Amino acid sequence: MLSERGSFMKGMILGGVFCFVLSLLGSFSPITESKTEDHHHHHVKAASKDELQQLSESRLQELNNQIQISCVIMVQPKNLVYWAAALDTWTKHCDKAEFYTSESSKALEAIDLNEKDDWARLRKALKHAYENAGDIRWFFVAQPSTFAIIENLKYLVLTKNPEQPFYLGKTVKSGELEYVEFNGGIVLSYEALKRLVNVFQDEDKCPERQSALWKLSEDKQLAVCLKFTGVFAENGEDVHGKGLFNSRSVDSLISESMDQNPNNVVKGCCSDMAITFSSMSPNQMQVMMFGVYRLRPYGHDFHDILTFYPPKGSDND
Amino acid sequence: MRPKDLMFTIGLMTGFFTLHLLLNSIVPMEQVSVYVRNGNHRLNGHNAHTEPSKRNNSAGNSPNSARILCWIMTGPKYLESRTKHVKATWGKHCHKVLYMSSVKTDFPTVELNVSEGRENLYWKTIRALQYIHQHHLDGANWFLKADDDTYVVVENLKYILSKFDPEKPLYMGRRFKPFISQGYMSGGAGYVLSKEALRRFVRGFHTGECTHFSTIEDMAVGKCMETMKVEPVDTRDMKGRQTFHSYPLDHYVIRQQRRPRPWHMIYDYYTPIEGPNCCSDLVVSFHYIYAVQQYVLEYLTYHLRPYGYIYRFRPDESVEADNKTNRGA
Repeated sequence: MLSERGSFMKGMILGGVFCFVLSLLGSFSPITESKTEDHHHHHVKAASKDELQQLSESRLQELNNQIQISCVIMVQPKNLVYWAAALDTWTKHCDKAEFYTSESSKALEAIDLNEKDDWARLRKALKHAYENAGDIRWFFVAQPSTFAIIENLKYLVLTKNPEQPFYLGKTVKSGELEYVEFNGGIVLSYEALKRLVNVFQDEDKCPERQSALWKLSEDKQLAVCLKFTGVFAENGEDVHGKGLFNSRSVDSLISESMDQNPNNVVKGCCSDMAITFSSMSPNQMQVMMFGVYRLRPYGHDFHDILTFYPPKGSDND
Repeated sequence: MRPKDLMFTIGLMTGFFTLHLLLNSIVPMEQVSVYVRNGNHRLNGHNAHTEPSKRNNSAGNSPNSARILCWIMTGPKYLESRTKHVKATWGKHCHKVLYMSSVKTDFPTVELNVSEGRENLYWKTIRALQYIHQHHLDGANWFLKADDDTYVVVENLKYILSKFDPEKPLYMGRRFKPFISQGYMSGGAGYVLSKEALRRFVRGFHTGECTHFSTIEDMAVGKCMETMKVEPVDTRDMKGRQTFHSYPLDHYVIRQQRRPRPWHMIYDYYTPIEGPNCCSDLVVSFHYIYAVQQYVLEYLTYHLRPYGYIYRFRPDESVEADNKTNRGA
């Protein structure tokens, strides 16, 4: 009897220890500091709080300080008011902001590509951005009617390896082709841009001039060329799976949410960490600067893990 | 199998499942693994959002001590198109909210014995304040009047009010200078009466010191406030930026303004600033905010934000810095 009870107790203790150890091992989600495997899923999510907390303090600091975005803004003199608005608002938060124009304007400075064709102009701009990248490893391509929150873009790509090909934004499917909508903003990692610039040399796969009959919009054309290099469009999402890139304005999305989720309009609408909105008028962009970078309720502290400082010499943020 | 081995096996399974149940009900495993692995790691970032911490300021009142009763001036015509959205957004942040109308409904609305119409606005205000004084005086210490097309960031109003004593006769809002020598507060931007100010307003009508001498509601309230010696307060922030606004944001924050100057800027008691310094980060109100814009402001105020951004305007830090130098001197 006694020996049986002893065996029982031994077994129980062993079972308990076994369970504890198994649980500890089971709840580790291995986030390796450098991802080397290829990814084939079509959405890319921001890192969760737990994932970020598993990084060492020094590694987190390193990522925070190193993450830089080079903004490529495609402008035209006919959109001068939008160009001026972009210059005075969100682009100030890019580590580098370069404006590429179709023709020169006396009012504002930009890199004059002297090119009327939209696709050819985009090619030239991207090639120039790649050749002048310096240390910057992430590229954000936008039109001036798009408003972007660069800090939230940094949060999205923080733990992603730019030596891997990333092509992110608001993805749309057109037949068999999945592409990133231009007016939601296009994010390219260094590797994706490198492959793109290389395939520009292949006139069969990625011609500079398209035939008049078969003209694709420049965002679709970009997807086609990237596909040849093994780079696929991925939808940028927050930890809850909500899209971060929007090709419409805040007003438009809220209005739609009022119809679809009348009892939960705001939460049913857009992400708290949204990166882009589009079809914004210049005045709406000034309002957004205030709404995003200033307006807040007293007493709500977030204890964010990352730190981003306001840009120098700016007064509207 | 020998009985000893059987007991051992049973013990093994019992131990395993007992601990499994224990662990799942007491501690979530992810947290345990994080504690074990990270040791002295920062874990205060666990919550995405912390509730307002109770901060004590110079007046000795914590920002949470201001209990605001919000009363919304509305009518049957606008319940569905406007007031419904106020109720779904900022109305929830008030300590108490009352919807004043000419008709009692299940919205719920309070019935004031006054008909609708612009010429009756001051009568509505008088009856509303008398109603609040009679039924809700003890339930709050500050009384905010707003329209059904006003948007209010209640936390920011609390922050301002926490610096003042509700037992003093005080009156806050967007101060205008014409007609009344000490100025009056714009109706659309929303105005606040302290408890003592409310008592004096009601007393004024009781004694006849205040009368219905005009249909211009906000100006008439200002006259009664002046008569009853209620003090108007400067609610601009530490940088001289306005908190209450009688128009939407785009009327103030855009750099290139319309010329000639709009009437409301000529009315302003304090010289208005145009462009980004028009408005405080901790803004209190905007007016002419309809339906969609109510939710847009709710989204921009409470939801959309730049992750990790260090705001330029950090009012508490300067107070703390001042305190530090005072103690060190």
